[in-house]
Amino acid sequence: MRVNGVERSADVEPRVLLVDFLRSNLLLTGTHVGCDTTSCGACTVRMDGDPVKSCTVLAVQAEGREIKTVEGLANGAALAPIQVGFHEEHGLQCGFCTPGMMMVTSALLERNPNPTDDDIRWAISGNICRCTGYMNIVKAVKYAAQMQSEAAKAPEHAAVAGGGE
Amino acid sequence: MFPAAFDYEAPSTLTEALSILKQRGDDAKVMAGGQSLIPLLKLRFAQPQLIVDIARIPGLADIKRDDGHVRIGALARHVDIERSRELAKLLPLMVEAVHWIADPLVRNRGTLVGSVCHADPSGDWGSIMLALNAELVAQSNKGERVIPIDGFFQGPFTTTLRPDEIVTAIRIPVPSGSAGGSYHKLERRVGDFATVAVSVQVELDGRKVKKAGIGLTSVGATNLKAKQAEQALIGHELNDQVIAEAAKLAADAAEPKDDIRGSAAYKKDVVRVFVQRGLKAALARAQEVRA
Repeated sequence: MRVNGVERSADVEPRVLLVDFLRSNLLLTGTHVGCDTTSCGACTVRMDGDPVKSCTVLAVQAEGREIKTVEGLANGAALAPIQVGFHEEHGLQCGFCTPGMMMVTSALLERNPNPTDDDIRWAISGNICRCTGYMNIVKAVKYAAQMQSEAAKAPEHAAVAGGGE
Repeated sequence: MFPAAFDYEAPSTLTEALSILKQRGDDAKVMAGGQSLIPLLKLRFAQPQLIVDIARIPGLADIKRDDGHVRIGALARHVDIERSRELAKLLPLMVEAVHWIADPLVRNRGTLVGSVCHADPSGDWGSIMLALNAELVAQSNKGERVIPIDGFFQGPFTTTLRPDEIVTAIRIPVPSGSAGGSYHKLERRVGDFATVAVSVQVELDGRKVKKAGIGLTSVGATNLKAKQAEQALIGHELNDQVIAEAAKLAADAAEPKDDIRGSAAYKKDVVRVFVQRGLKAALARAQEVRA
């Protein structure tokens, strides 16, 4: 599979979950294991663009697919707009849900560059924040949306703001 | 959590998949998106010796019109239904109901056909398919057979599907004339299984009901079809009295149990209320379609 743009391969048992493959085999520990029961969304990664719960995907199902994790958001030192949004709007307290929140909302912003509060709340309805900081998460996504649309209007800044998207 | 060890096959053609099932069907589970199966494997409620992953078989993800039906392939995901313009036009009930299914992340992987074959009595699609009088297209090495949804569910997680068969598609009749449907679900939080849910679809001939479907979720050993309630609607105008009578019959058909989500008596009453609300919503939509 391609993970954050790099071809990765390993022999694993069919029962190995994608999240464990990413964390244990590839040492990409930014993707978190929260509930391990398809409820919380902390393990959200993008598979062929779609956000999915990687605790409920077998690594073998991802063979040949394009996987993106939170480590793939930033472009070197340049944070992606969604990361800047979470930073500026204090979209995290403990940070446990944050990688999942950012993966799901980065996908939202690609499909819907100007989401309403309702759109954002629907998009993150499969992701649970245990600090209940949802207000600031919604603000963070709006901040990122604004930043992206400004970058689109002023292409010369896009290289800075573009991040890994 | 790790599933118990299993063999894994990811055939690239349907023929190959069917021949694997012919040999090892009794020990195998077929997987599409895996959103119901993988949690069961992790909890070790299911320990098949073999998983046959059909996700790499081409041509099974289509949603298309087919001879008076809409045909939804085995790999069409919930999100594909959510975004289908064809379904929004022909069967808006499905597009409305899909928002009640799991959460957006699960909807990116899970499939309609997988969910129906999983036959969870708390599953949403089963009762929607019962209300819409769907049929399943099952393939085996011996050929194809069409299974009406009514009678498909035998018990919790049990269907009439044979171990050597794969459901390649679900076919749903396209309503004629003015038709409308609704799905009402009571859940404790987004993505939860239903405490109770009710699916309703009506087709009108003038002001009178020509066809009616009512499916019930989470109130029995399977998704239930409230047949007596459906019959009570045929040939009648949907006035308050007719609606109340059908709602009572549907509540009578429900067989809920007391559990953490509520008492049996409470759930029966929710069925009654949801059938009333559902029929009123369906009627309003059917009249919009006519206008």
